[in-house]
Amino acid sequence: MSGTTINLGSVEKIPLGQGRCYLVGEEEIAVFRQRDGHLFATQNRCPHKQGPLSEGVAGGGKVICPLHAHKFDLATGAGSEHGECVKTFAVRAANGDMLLQVGS
Amino acid sequence: MNTPKQKLVVVGNGMAGARVVEEILKRARDRFDIVMFGAEPYGNYNRILLSNVLNGSQAATEIFMNPLAWYRENGVKLHAGVKATKIDRERKVVIGTPLKKEALAYAVDAANVPDAAPIEEAYDHVIIATGSRPFVPPMEGFGGAGTFLFRTIDDCDQIAGYAKDCKRAAVIGGGLLGLEAARGLLTHGVEVTVLEAAPQLMIAQLDPESGEMLRATIEGMGIKVLTSTITTKIVRPNGHITHLDFKDGSKLETDMVVVSAGIRPIAEIGTASGLTVNKAIVCDDQMRTSDPAIFAVGECVEHRGRIYGLVDPIWEQANVLADVITGTNASAAYLGSKLGTKLKVMGVELASMGDTKPAGPADEVVIYREPTHGIYKKLIVRDNQIAGVILLGDIEAAGTLMQMFFAGTKAPARRADLLFGAPSGVSLLNAADLPDNAQICNCNGVSKKTIVDAIQNKDCKSVSKIGACTKAGAGCGSCKTLVAQLIESYAGAVGFDPSEHYYVPGVPLEKSQLVAEIKRLGLKSVSAVFRELAGGKEDPGSKVGLASLLKTLWPGEYDDERDARFINDRVHANIQKDGTFSVVPRIYGGITSAAELMRIAEVAVKYNVPMVKFTGGQRLDLLGIKKEDLPGVWKDLGIPSGHAYTKAFRTCKSCVGTDFCRYGVGDSIKLAQEIERRFQGVESPHKMKLATAGCPRNCSEAYVKDLGAVAIEGGMWEIYVGGAAGGSVRKGDLLITVKTHDEVLLYMGRFMQYYREHGKYLERTYHFLDRVGIDNLRKILIEDSLGIGAQLDAEIQKAVDAYKDPWKEAELPAYPEQFSAPELARVLEVAENNG
Repeated sequence: MSGTTINLGSVEKIPLGQGRCYLVGEEEIAVFRQRDGHLFATQNRCPHKQGPLSEGVAGGGKVICPLHAHKFDLATGAGSEHGECVKTFAVRAANGDMLLQVGS
Repeated sequence: MNTPKQKLVVVGNGMAGARVVEEILKRARDRFDIVMFGAEPYGNYNRILLSNVLNGSQAATEIFMNPLAWYRENGVKLHAGVKATKIDRERKVVIGTPLKKEALAYAVDAANVPDAAPIEEAYDHVIIATGSRPFVPPMEGFGGAGTFLFRTIDDCDQIAGYAKDCKRAAVIGGGLLGLEAARGLLTHGVEVTVLEAAPQLMIAQLDPESGEMLRATIEGMGIKVLTSTITTKIVRPNGHITHLDFKDGSKLETDMVVVSAGIRPIAEIGTASGLTVNKAIVCDDQMRTSDPAIFAVGECVEHRGRIYGLVDPIWEQANVLADVITGTNASAAYLGSKLGTKLKVMGVELASMGDTKPAGPADEVVIYREPTHGIYKKLIVRDNQIAGVILLGDIEAAGTLMQMFFAGTKAPARRADLLFGAPSGVSLLNAADLPDNAQICNCNGVSKKTIVDAIQNKDCKSVSKIGACTKAGAGCGSCKTLVAQLIESYAGAVGFDPSEHYYVPGVPLEKSQLVAEIKRLGLKSVSAVFRELAGGKEDPGSKVGLASLLKTLWPGEYDDERDARFINDRVHANIQKDGTFSVVPRIYGGITSAAELMRIAEVAVKYNVPMVKFTGGQRLDLLGIKKEDLPGVWKDLGIPSGHAYTKAFRTCKSCVGTDFCRYGVGDSIKLAQEIERRFQGVESPHKMKLATAGCPRNCSEAYVKDLGAVAIEGGMWEIYVGGAAGGSVRKGDLLITVKTHDEVLLYMGRFMQYYREHGKYLERTYHFLDRVGIDNLRKILIEDSLGIGAQLDAEIQKAVDAYKDPWKEAELPAYPEQFSAPELARVLEVAENNG
């Protein structure tokens, strides 16, 4: 698979258990750092009313949009509301940095 | 292998004909080749809305239900402007004749296009849906210039055009349509007189007394009404109408006449084709005529001796017919309809069901009347069921009564409850008695059928499972009682779903058990609770609730993990729809100063604040502020946080009290400031909005606040709790009357602490009061029946002492990146390209 790997910098830049929005070109991508160490990345904007998912409460592999509490699975992008899902991206930690895979 | 399509010919393209075709297509899209004959040159339109076309509130194009394109898209061949005249049952063809464009489509003798060849369509099945035509009472001079019927779009156009040059118009017929025609004419600036042969208006729906009340109301709007009036002649001495002659010898001057005196079925095609026709075309319960290949539907049908002219029964017939003809349910049966309608006649609300008068001495008649306000309510009860209802002027009870009437529900012993609602809040209806299509959840539009299906086929046996599956009860929640009734009726009993009682969904414990476990294990952080009490499984939907609880349980010791906070509490501002935030500085008691106002104005200019708004709580709201600007805004304001973003004490507003007001008997401003300085920042299960009022005139709305203090004569303060004036409206309950400000602070604090400890997460004080009860609260908080008064006072004091202005985090953020903008986060470096 072709694509671009981007180094987002130190994992510590995201407060433990929270999310943070990164601007990749024109694209807003939310990266989540779970308390168990897992990293996830999704599109930042909720498909419902464009709420910023990076500001949502996250945990257990899920995030809740701060505007109307629509819920999304961070691994698959599947949403709690019928017909709603978000794009996901591969992200991993290497030597304390976060490496994000974008493009295809 | 494809079976060849059967040929279905539909005679009539009105609402019934088009509806039955739609229903058939829904069930079996490819079963039939469908051909329709429509005498009018249009697609199908909603006749119910014709009066809107006449009064100009809707254009003719807006009331089309099936424009011509619909026929093309659905492969239906439409002979528009062609009237079917006969069914040749031996040759199995329907014969039609093209009508002249200007021909009156429903007239018995509608003019044919001369010499046009008849159109023939072969059939396997025919559906007759010819509808009805207006009834013109026998009179001399009807027809020709200035006389009109009120039935089709063309009629509306012609009436409106003619009325332009008229001063006076007469409408013959005082039923629903006649009154609608009169209303339409009124908008064209003519003087309107309604003529009714019967002694009252709307004889099909009203009794004489309510008819008289309606007449008074309508006359008040400027329409003249003459009842018991039979027109014998329309007089035109020189080609133009001048007046009408009545049977009793009197006359009425008028320039035009609109007849709307009811309808008669169009059944000639039945007679011409040798079908059984009585008052209309006779059909059985499967909507079949005397020829099993020929069906009929709508106003042209006589079923069990009755003819229906309303939409609902005709829709029922169309459903049965479609079930039968497609074989979806070959034994479907139409058993007749009870008639009930809710109408608005010239702005007057009216509901009528079943009989308008008692059928015999055993019938019970209940009447309530309020003539001054045009209100009339009548109930006929037969065999303990509702047999008839008339509601005029106030039809609030109509919804329930109609559901009971159609379902044949047993009437409650207190008949008054039927007209005015049951005082105890006990619902008159059991949901099981409702028809399948009754809407149970009005927020999410969920029908009884959908819920019953979930109970029976999807194993949903608890209210929460029904909610998860169908969304019923997931809106305002007021239908949950009905949902529970349905579960009881269809599943035997409401299944016990312990999760409904959990404090948060992700930890399987009720609040008291959870508190006990947290204390026993000394759990001081949200992550510790998940680790110890939820098998290590983190649930984001439970984090915020747990954080709130832990903070109350461990004041000063709580391990505040910021990821367990909602965004508002992470950045101490309220997130808006566009991701910006609102900032509300604290303004104690609603009193500010010139210096503060100038600072607020300077901040608004400096940060380009798009909106500055006064809040309902007597403060100023700066809206549209970017997250990264929050610390700067707070520093520049130099005013503490107003906590307008969190579940906590919000504000205490006040009236002008004794300083300036002529009526004030207590210093509401000083008290409000004392309250606000003491309780600012105190967190609670939900927000608390307060007010003080200097007198019982209640200018500051203290009666409808979570906590309110109202000054009364004699230097006393009344303390109210559990008031609300938002989505719910509730007057607070009087907790106690005291003398001093210190006592107000004492009992308010005691109430707050009890609410903090015993309120469910996100339970407002008004729900809390409903649950706990004011009598019970007075015992605990005032009489100290549990001996916890001193302890509550000490706990609230701890919370007061722990107050720290959260906006101080502008100087010292709680963690790096607390206020960093998404836009500021940058890609650091492109590490590799796998291109």
